[in-house]
Amino acid sequence: MLKKEDIAKRIAEELKDGWYVNLGIGIPTLVANYIPKGIDVTLQSENGLLGMGPFPTAENIDADLINAGKQTITTMPGSVFFDSSDSFAMIRAGKVQLTVLGAMEVDQNGNIANWKIPGKMVKGMGGAMDLVASAENIIVAMMHTNKAGESKILKKCSLPLTGVNCVTKVVTNLAVLEVKEGAFHLLERAPGVTVEEIQNATEGELIIAEEVPEMKI
Amino acid sequence: MKKVVKNAEEAIQGIESGMTLMLGGFGLCGIPEKCIEALSKKPEIGNLTCISNNAGVDDFGLGLLLKNHQIKKMISSYVGENAEFERQMLSGELEVELTPQGTLAEKCRAGGAGIPAFFTPAGYGTEIAEGKETREYNGKMYILEESLVSDYSIVKAWKGDTKGNLVFKATARNFNPVMAMAGTVTIAEVEHLVEPGELDPNEIHTPGIFVHRIFEGKDYEKRIEQRTISQ
Repeated sequence: MLKKEDIAKRIAEELKDGWYVNLGIGIPTLVANYIPKGIDVTLQSENGLLGMGPFPTAENIDADLINAGKQTITTMPGSVFFDSSDSFAMIRAGKVQLTVLGAMEVDQNGNIANWKIPGKMVKGMGGAMDLVASAENIIVAMMHTNKAGESKILKKCSLPLTGVNCVTKVVTNLAVLEVKEGAFHLLERAPGVTVEEIQNATEGELIIAEEVPEMKI
Repeated sequence: MKKVVKNAEEAIQGIESGMTLMLGGFGLCGIPEKCIEALSKKPEIGNLTCISNNAGVDDFGLGLLLKNHQIKKMISSYVGENAEFERQMLSGELEVELTPQGTLAEKCRAGGAGIPAFFTPAGYGTEIAEGKETREYNGKMYILEESLVSDYSIVKAWKGDTKGNLVFKATARNFNPVMAMAGTVTIAEVEHLVEPGELDPNEIHTPGIFVHRIFEGKDYEKRIEQRTISQ
């Protein structure tokens, strides 16, 4: 079974040279730590920055320089600031090639729910609805099941949706799944995890090839 | 016409109960903290509709106005950092219109650009789209969103001149330029107020035509929400 860092590491392998990438809060943020050598990607932060760098040292903290998770950050050489409408212009027009975000549920039609639990939690969608409606590649980083052991990889999302028919890939602590033609396709197993365990933890329709390779982490 | 006012108290004159305000900022970054503080000292101004990406924290930013029950309705994209906000929302005291962040930014930009509505893919197929016109363009579905204007827009800039031209710093820019555009009256509070000619015209972000009142604020707190450092 994968740790959160391993999920991030596996997603980092999806990155392609020259891509602009938006990383959501939580596990997706960790992807920045594992960008493969020789791959040049530019991180977009939807509050108005292209070219996000690592966290600052204590001396270099700037209250005016944060990421979308409100964390203090730095810039990289060649970075640029812009306002919120320009930020979402580039997102909406598909200039950002990859969005990685977390989810409470995904389903086999590529629907995603991650912003609201009716009656319990309403924090808001932030930029997630704009991001999932637009990026060509949307990878979801999440745990395969909830704390009670119930599947979060569903036939049909039960929570209010963030976007429809948009998720292309899901990387969980158990597996890498591709979402297409109304089903989850099992691409890889986490080290030490059997196909049967993945099948048992997946409520949605799962297509299993004869050979399912183990992830290389 | 002279745009320069003395301070936040003078800048907010004319704001009345029941008005719609836009307030710049993302989280606590780039919020007009001086004007918000001045409004919180006039608790008789209530029933406000506030358009702001976030709602501050319990004791800073818009949280100050929430605590005073000065806000009737919030239009925001993310409100997760404020316990009092959540309490007022779940108890029904506070009306909240959650709006996708890019749609919110474009609603302000369009409002400030004389465009009454636009089609966006954000939120199609979700509860955000309920009751809204949808249309297909080039095989993709979009929803019709109406733009926003305010009675007063309140923004925070790094530098400004007495003509109202503004320069923002780093990610403190965020919603400030588009909200400045969409104000019937726009108030800018700045860290450095300079004379015309001192700002390079090539580097001005918001043209002064969008700004009606401007003042230099003193002793900005600029509170940090998530202080993250690397060793």
